[in-house]
Amino acid sequence: MRGWKPAPHVLLLLPAFIVLAAVVIVPLLLSLYSSFTPFRLTRPDSIYTFIGFRNYERLLSDWDFWVAFGRTVLLLTFALNLEMVLGLVLALLVEKATRGQRILRTIMMFPMMFSPILVGFQFKFMFNDNIGVVNNALQSLGLTNQAIPWLIDGRLAFISILTAEIWSSTAVFAIFILAGLMAMPREPLEAAKVDGCTPWQSFRYVTWPFVMPFTYIAMTIRSLDIARAYDIVKIMTDGGPAGRTEILWTLIARTAYSDARMGLANAMSYIAILLSILFTVIFFRQLAKARQQIGAEW
Amino acid sequence: MDENAVHRIKRTVLKAGHLIGLFLAMAIICLPGLWIVLSSLRPTVEIMAKPPVWIPRNVSLDAYVAMFSGVGQGGIPVLDYFRNSLIISVTSTVIALCIGMAGGYAFARYRFRGKTSIFLGFMLTRTVPGIALSLPLFFVYARLGIIDTHFGLILAYVALNVPFTVWLIDGFFRQVPRDLAEAAQIDGCTRWQAFWRVEFPLARPGIASAGIFAFLISWNEFALASQLTRSTNSKTLPVGLLDYTAEFTIDWRGMCALAVVMIIPALTLTFIVQKHLVSGLTSGAVKG
Repeated sequence: MRGWKPAPHVLLLLPAFIVLAAVVIVPLLLSLYSSFTPFRLTRPDSIYTFIGFRNYERLLSDWDFWVAFGRTVLLLTFALNLEMVLGLVLALLVEKATRGQRILRTIMMFPMMFSPILVGFQFKFMFNDNIGVVNNALQSLGLTNQAIPWLIDGRLAFISILTAEIWSSTAVFAIFILAGLMAMPREPLEAAKVDGCTPWQSFRYVTWPFVMPFTYIAMTIRSLDIARAYDIVKIMTDGGPAGRTEILWTLIARTAYSDARMGLANAMSYIAILLSILFTVIFFRQLAKARQQIGAEW
Repeated sequence: MDENAVHRIKRTVLKAGHLIGLFLAMAIICLPGLWIVLSSLRPTVEIMAKPPVWIPRNVSLDAYVAMFSGVGQGGIPVLDYFRNSLIISVTSTVIALCIGMAGGYAFARYRFRGKTSIFLGFMLTRTVPGIALSLPLFFVYARLGIIDTHFGLILAYVALNVPFTVWLIDGFFRQVPRDLAEAAQIDGCTRWQAFWRVEFPLARPGIASAGIFAFLISWNEFALASQLTRSTNSKTLPVGLLDYTAEFTIDWRGMCALAVVMIIPALTLTFIVQKHLVSGLTSGAVKG
């Protein structure tokens, strides 16, 4: 191969390719293979037994798995939509502020710096039924006289987790929508006003279409690290009480490490990976579409 | 009432509503954090008190002193965790930045076939949930004997960060006009010199913020670290946080103190990057 010189972009992209291949692609292929075996950590040679699609067949009829799957999708749908709406409200509030915008923006980013595990722990502390600040406040204000079992009742625990998730990630949406609002030219808004639009109309037909691509960027970024919810759930309830808040990722971790059934867990994680890829691809396509729609400005 | 007065009242009400809304939003964002800081300064008795004690009576730094005075007093080896976190985060950030700079430059400056799909492919590797990735990694690492080492985690975090650094740095290099480097080349610079003397300095703030972003991701990562670390050899702070939870009891005060220790570096760094972060992500994705 002497004298052969690769194109510069190949050379520049090579390190990224190598690292990603070594740490992501190859292990994933391995896990794809092992999802077709009854592999258990306690019996290493079981990785050489090939059982075809039996793990997947088992999952198809596994009620617990599909409940966790449904709950994950539910959690993501609720979280992403509420975050988007709240982020929009927050961005509009901050954008309207005449003074101290810089400080407001900094405060707004505050939750983004918290590692998800900290968020989980923090809300576990606050929602604690005995010493948590939420119950203490409710009792001191006389709104209730018993301790509300936030993390012990299945449905309340789901709401608590949702709250933690929303608290930590609304900032992502708010920041991108704010960036969009600030980049927006004034003229169309003024024109709309002159033409007699109500505030709602000028928001709906002028501001929103403009801000939309920014929302999709935020969505894409969020969908990239969507599995961060694992940390929060793991700390707050660890899938409990009695599996009432079990989501895909906690179920995978439990199957793989506590039950040591790696093969089955790998089959599950493949379904989880497909789910997140699906989310990301959807948002990427929406982003491309929204970008085309306002292509004139860019 | 004439029309002017009605209008004025409406305006005042709207303004007041806006201020109240803003205040409420900011309070909800800040209070949880403040509560943690406050709890780390109070004795456990006060945290557990029933009925609750709202205004702290004894404020002390005991929790922090205990934490940093070694295993004997604090219960958990925070200093080791802190060291591990620092080594792992800094090393993986530096490596991810170098790789990201090469990749980002390639995406920003060269035209080649399949550019968009390669870019999307990079991003898709990032969608793999940490816990799903940890299963095969655990197996491979166990075979190679690099479980519970700094090297193992650094490798994993570099791979985790490369897609993001490529994305961000690509955006920042696009903002640097192509003509500048060309002008430098006409003046006799080699391509490398043109990059190093002209384009790199201009993109530096953006690259720095990409670095801080990568640092924060490694600093905060939990799902992979919780499975790939075993002992004080390589446990990081997020994993160490779990040491405060026993079977049925949790040392809330100690945990709050450790939380504050974890958040302070993250806070400081994020303040520095906030401006560049958004512009980088948006220019990379919107102008595409």
